[in-house]
Amino acid sequence: MKKNRVVLVFLVLLALGNACLYFLNREKGLAVLLTGKNYLLEMLSILPPILILVGLFEVWVPRPVIERAMGQSSGLKGILVSCFLGTAAMGPLYVAFPIGLSLFEKGASLFNVCIFLCVWASIKIPMILFEIKFLGADFALLRLALTIPSILTISALLNSILKRSFNHEKI
Amino acid sequence: MFSLIVWIFAAGLLFLSFLKNKYKTAKSLKVSWKFFSSMALLVLLTIWAIGFLVTFLPSAFISKTIGRNAGIEGVILAAIFGSIVLIQAFIAFPLAGSFLRQGASITAIAAFVTTLVMVGVLTAPLEVKFFGKKFTLWRNSLSFIFAIVIALLMGVILR
Repeated sequence: MKKNRVVLVFLVLLALGNACLYFLNREKGLAVLLTGKNYLLEMLSILPPILILVGLFEVWVPRPVIERAMGQSSGLKGILVSCFLGTAAMGPLYVAFPIGLSLFEKGASLFNVCIFLCVWASIKIPMILFEIKFLGADFALLRLALTIPSILTISALLNSILKRSFNHEKI
Repeated sequence: MFSLIVWIFAAGLLFLSFLKNKYKTAKSLKVSWKFFSSMALLVLLTIWAIGFLVTFLPSAFISKTIGRNAGIEGVILAAIFGSIVLIQAFIAFPLAGSFLRQGASITAIAAFVTTLVMVGVLTAPLEVKFFGKKFTLWRNSLSFIFAIVIALLMGVILR
C-alpha cells in the first residue's frame, strides 16, 4: 500500500504539471492528454480479458499443481509439463526460483532446471497477448520463435559449463 | 480485431469455468480484481508519462540513442537497461511500443524486452541464494548474449 501512495503522489505531480503546461502552452498540454487518452483506450481494449485470463489461470493452474506435475517425473516429461503449465502462471522470474530448486532437489538435471527458469521468465500466455497488442504480431511471434531455441542453447551451454562443479549434494 | 479475439477467448474460458465450478470462477474474478487494483495506478501513471514522453522527448533524441543509426551501442544500451530495471510486462510493453513509434529500432526494443524478462540484475542476489554464484552468473550472462543475438536477428528479419 505504501507503494500505491508513492504512485499517487507522482500522479498528482503529473496532473499539476499537465495543468501548468496547459496554461503555458495550450497545444502541448492537450497533446500530452491526447496521447495519454489514446494509450488508455488501447490499454482498456485489452486489459480486462487479460486480467480475466490471469485470474482463471491462477485458480485452475495454481503453483502447487505445477510442482506436483514436476514431482511425478522430474525427467524430460516432467519438465515439458511444468514448462507448459508455467506459461499459464503469472509471476516474475524470482517466483520460479523456489520451484526450480525443488525440481533440482528431485533430481532434475541442470539442463532441465535452466530450461524451466528461462521458459517461466520469458514465455507467458497473457504477456504474449499483451506484446502482440502493443508491439505487433510479427514482433511478438518472431521473438517467441527465436526465444525457444535460444533457451535450449543457453541451457545446454550452462549444463556443459557447470556440469563438473555442480552436483546434487552441493546445493 | 486482435483485441476482439482475446475478448472472445477470455469470455469463452470464463464461461467454461463457470459451467464447471461456480465457486472457483468467482475466486478467479477476485484474483483478477486484486491484480488489477494492485497495478491500476501504476498503469495510469505510465500512460500519462508516455503522454509527456511522446510530446517532449524529441524523436531525434530517441533515434539517435536507440534508433537504427545508433548502431550496436544503442542495442547494448537498451539491453543493459532491460537487464537492470524490474518492471511488469503490463507497463513495459506499452512503453516499448511508444519508443518504437518514436523512432527506436526494432533491434533495440527487442533487446530491451528480452533482457527485461530473461536477465535480472536486481534479482541476482535471490538467484544466488537458490542456485549459487556460478549458476547465476552464467545463466544471466548467457541470457544477455542471446538476447542480443535474438535482437540482431529480429532487426534483420523485420527490417
